Amino acid sequence: MTPARQERLRTVVYSLVLLATFLVIWQVIAGTGGKGAKAAGIPGPVAVAQTAWVMLADPFYDRGPNDKGFGLQLGYSLARMMGGYLCASVVAILVGVALGSSPALFKAANPFIQIMKPISPLAWMPLFLYTLKNAGQAAVLVIFVSSLWPTMANTAFGVGSIKRDYLNVSRLLQLSWPRRFFQVILPAAAPAILAGLRISIGSAWVAIVAAEMLIGGTGVGYFVWNEWNNLALNSVIFAIFAIGMVGVLLDFGLGRVAKLVAYSD
Amino acid sequence: MAFLELDHVTKYFPNPDGAGEVCVFRDVAFGVERGEFLTMVGHSGCGKSTILNIIAGLETASQGGAVLEGREIRGPGMDRMVVFQNFSLMPWMTVAQNVRLAVRSAYASWSRAQVEDCVRRYVEMVGLTGAENKRPAALSGGMKQRVGLARAFATEPKVLLLDEPFAQIDALTRGVIQEELVRMWTASRNTVFMVTHDVDEAILLSDRIALMTNGPEARLAEIVEVKLPRPRSRADIIDEPEYARLRSHIIHFLVERSRHLQEQALAAGALRAHELVSAR
Repeated sequence: MTPARQERLRTVVYSLVLLATFLVIWQVIAGTGGKGAKAAGIPGPVAVAQTAWVMLADPFYDRGPNDKGFGLQLGYSLARMMGGYLCASVVAILVGVALGSSPALFKAANPFIQIMKPISPLAWMPLFLYTLKNAGQAAVLVIFVSSLWPTMANTAFGVGSIKRDYLNVSRLLQLSWPRRFFQVILPAAAPAILAGLRISIGSAWVAIVAAEMLIGGTGVGYFVWNEWNNLALNSVIFAIFAIGMVGVLLDFGLGRVAKLVAYSD
Repeated sequence: MAFLELDHVTKYFPNPDGAGEVCVFRDVAFGVERGEFLTMVGHSGCGKSTILNIIAGLETASQGGAVLEGREIRGPGMDRMVVFQNFSLMPWMTVAQNVRLAVRSAYASWSRAQVEDCVRRYVEMVGLTGAENKRPAALSGGMKQRVGLARAFATEPKVLLLDEPFAQIDALTRGVIQEELVRMWTASRNTVFMVTHDVDEAILLSDRIALMTNGPEARLAEIVEVKLPRPRSRADIIDEPEYARLRSHIIHFLVERSRHLQEQALAAGALRAHELVSAR
């Protein structure tokens, strides 16, 4: 067996051991069997797996406001998130390019960005609700805010550190603004921009669950809160895992895009 | 007035130690005739690349300026194109895309077919047919600079600026590409200004060679004419007595006189500063 394969095998074994340990601890905490054991504490892995099976078998049913399939709820969340995320990304990239092209502008704007960055996007919620008078739009705006700063900061950094040579060539070739933007600046900064977009989609996905818990109606956040109100902890735990899985898939997707735009000179 | 004229150009850089400015070179004046190949030779730090960048319009002179066809150079333009020492290809673009970017800039009115035809012709001219869809990272240094040459020649500039174009290429490949450059230049008869510290390269390619003293306070010391018949090849010129004479003249200059002349210039500069102070 080659050393590389040994290494891979070891990784798989460790991974399985970690999984087993996690399941055992969970089972112990959950207490006896976990089947319908509301009184005995949280449900164990088996009970959650059964719930997952049931929910995944029919993910898209719709029986009124308080009883929708889990897939449907995920769809609502993803659609809402994508709306805010895509708008934020366009704005963040444009502003980031402007900031990155002008060191003076960047220095001037940086203190404001630094103040905005650590604010939990949910802190904006009351203000958005008050101004928009619409919970759905307020949630989208929360996502917008949550996914703005990492992309903006990374784009500004990426554009600011484009090699002079590339800019010199575009000056020598007298490239028009659109061509300079799409053929030189964007591709040159693309790896940095993608890194920002990856962080942003993570924070957007984190924020959407919390935002939906507040606004209610639809979405996985609302689903979790609703199931908690029903004391259906099986569903809550399943939803937690599902949220994690979707987050991984989103990151994986952008990781693939990042590979496409990566370059080395 | 020559086709390309450097009119008493002086360049100051901020002093790296902090206060004040350093004069890199002073009062550099020479002309390049249409279709001429002029090379500037000097040690690192004499400002020869800065002179090239001033002609390219990427940098500005502190005093004096460059004049092309009677017009002062105020910035980059499609009438001048640079081949860079570090190639400066766009790494996210393929060979064809890099050349196409330049062709489309030079000939905005061309149809897609015309552009593609031009790209194909220049890629073929530098022997990269088959590698059109490779990115620079997949190419050797020699192949990268072939792309650089194709990109520059494809725009058919009035003045071609070569900034130590073969310095980062291994010695064996360098010879091959130099001869390719001779061939391309013979066909196109562009006006060329090249900067190098490779004496053999300068003699092989140039009509005249401008010798710079050492920087700071570098001066243009003299311009020597290369009276070797064209077309030249490395194998032919190496046995010419003129080649040996030129080579030893330039190397003597670089080893001894360039420093000696700099010391004179620095002493004169110090004297001038002294006079200025005492005049006050």
